[in-house]
Amino acid sequence: MDFLIFKAPMLMVQASLDGILLGILFALIAYGMALQWGVMNIINIAQGDLVILGGYIAYTMYLAGIHPAWGVIVSPIIMFFVGWALYKLVINKVVDRDLFISILATFGIAIVFQQLMNFIFGADVVVAQSEYGTTMLFDNSVTLPNSKIFSAFISVLYAVALVIYMKKSRLGRAIRATAQNARAAKILGVDTEKVYAATFGINAALCGIAGALISITLTLHPYVGLPYTVRSFMIVIVAGLGNLPAVAVSGMGLGLFEEFADYILGTEFRIGAVFLLLVLILVYRRFKLSKKREYLK
Amino acid sequence: MNKIAKLFITSISAITLALVSFTSSFAKVEGDYIVLGSAISLTGKYSSNGVHTQNGYNMAVDRINKMGGVEVQGKKYKFEIIYYDDESNPKRAAQLAERLIKQDGVHYMLGPYSSGLTKAIAPVTEKYKIPMVEANGASRSLFTKGYKYLFAVLSPANQYLEVAIDLAVEKNGGKGVKIAQAFEQDAFSQDVRLGILDAAKRTGSEIIIDDKLPKELNDMAATLAKVKATKPDVLVVSGHTKGALTAIRQISEMKVDVPMLAMTHCDAAKLSKQHGKKSEYALCASQWHKNLSYKDKFFGSGKKYAKDFQKEFGYDPPYQSAESSAALLVFKDAFERANSFDRDAVRDALVDTEMQTFYGNIKFGPGGQNVAKPMILFQVRCKGDDCENRVVAPTKWASDKFYHPIPKWSERS
Repeated sequence: MDFLIFKAPMLMVQASLDGILLGILFALIAYGMALQWGVMNIINIAQGDLVILGGYIAYTMYLAGIHPAWGVIVSPIIMFFVGWALYKLVINKVVDRDLFISILATFGIAIVFQQLMNFIFGADVVVAQSEYGTTMLFDNSVTLPNSKIFSAFISVLYAVALVIYMKKSRLGRAIRATAQNARAAKILGVDTEKVYAATFGINAALCGIAGALISITLTLHPYVGLPYTVRSFMIVIVAGLGNLPAVAVSGMGLGLFEEFADYILGTEFRIGAVFLLLVLILVYRRFKLSKKREYLK
Repeated sequence: MNKIAKLFITSISAITLALVSFTSSFAKVEGDYIVLGSAISLTGKYSSNGVHTQNGYNMAVDRINKMGGVEVQGKKYKFEIIYYDDESNPKRAAQLAERLIKQDGVHYMLGPYSSGLTKAIAPVTEKYKIPMVEANGASRSLFTKGYKYLFAVLSPANQYLEVAIDLAVEKNGGKGVKIAQAFEQDAFSQDVRLGILDAAKRTGSEIIIDDKLPKELNDMAATLAKVKATKPDVLVVSGHTKGALTAIRQISEMKVDVPMLAMTHCDAAKLSKQHGKKSEYALCASQWHKNLSYKDKFFGSGKKYAKDFQKEFGYDPPYQSAESSAALLVFKDAFERANSFDRDAVRDALVDTEMQTFYGNIKFGPGGQNVAKPMILFQVRCKGDDCENRVVAPTKWASDKFYHPIPKWSERS
């Protein structure tokens, strides 16, 4: 068949780099989701809306004349407290309950957040300008926005910092202990309530960073949160909980897959293709699982 | 059920009944007022354009009332509008239209914001035979359903960017051009796309990229990489404000060189303000621009309208406001020609409308769309960091020459 991408090798390079850079950003959001899913067993439907709120924080700074890139420091700090407050107000009431209840609760939070953002920031689509320019490779045939490179770099930086924090710090170890066995952790003196609040705060902070990066690379609008939730959900499903390298790989893989699907299947099937992939992976998992069960018999 | 609850329910239903009987006496004309109804998006995702629409309506109501109102059978009447917030939700809009007609007794409707919501309301107004003049639903499918009570003061969506293709062909010495296009998958953008397909066929142009962007998508890098590789003569993008902002952001970042870039929703997206110089040379389809030389006795000229609007609401009127104001002028004209409040007489008068307003000429085609007004194209031009939209087509109204081709990014400062 006659595909543009196979005729022009440079397009292949462009698509791969675009996919990977975007994938890294998604992986950061997904990592937050995996973290609180693993620790608290909560699927956060409001994940994308937290991201957008983080973006609006950076955008507000931009309007005030501060470079929006500072948002990657300010936004997570504010968002941590937003997450903490959210935990104290709502999440702590659903944390030990059925998964379905938590989905409902966070879905409610998502709606409230959307309407609030619409109310405060208006329904216009907005962008913040980083003025970072462009990196041109191979005689201008491959172009990479520096803002995307910056966002991938910041994402990696924060992810690495978080991994180290989780390994070395007291709170990090408490979080991991709670994830493994909340009851045992409690018996051994871990204040699981505090751990949960901190975990949700950290997740919100990660969303804040991602949001700030999105404000300079993509666009912001009060109602575009859901696609980010869905993508991170998918990445986590593919990678499994509590497995950071897998989250990173699956994030980048999904970014790549999406770009290539665009060239080969057409732009209109780009998101559909990702969903198809998800279904295939779930079926495959089930298939593997059923085999395992047989083996156990 | 205990006594208190029973009492409570009885009193609530009594009040509701009383209210219903009170409001249905409202009817079409109340004393000196002609009551119009509109469901409009004051909250939800269309709220900014919903407010532009409402401001346009209100501005015209004030102006017409101040200048003597509407004269029917020798008596002067004033306009009044009942608004409900449809929350940008089509289902809600249809419910509210029903409520306006059945409970509030409204006999004449003004349109909501956006094609989608107009599509939701039109079957309701049609069912009750209520004339509706709408100013913000451009989708072609609104005008092919044989609606008899729907009148749109704006040009249909398929005309939005046809002019741009003609312009590109003209610049190419009358020969067909290579077109790359990316349209969001929604009713409006797909109608714009149909217009381009027609124009391409008519001019012998070739469409080399035809991407349909999913609604959730806010990254066009793949489409733009294809554009870079295939070097078309013109790139056409339509995906509401998100599409316009994303396109300019990524075209400038990826340094995509195209001789001509045509889009929709540039002014709604405040393109020249949000992206500044990066948006320079973009061609944008618009229903209206204040510099056009149409005139009427209520608002004077477009420029005068813009000035008054700015004074009243504190911002420059987008075309959504201008066309909404025009809808009221159409209603006034129709009432006076019908010289009656009979719905069908008003409807027949609307069919015969032929007038000029500050917004443009208005004459309704068989489907209810305005056939007397061409779309205009403006181009973003910058002086230093100050960018503004200048009309470049059609030549009759142009204030500036169309700049073609767009300089390469390497030559732009």
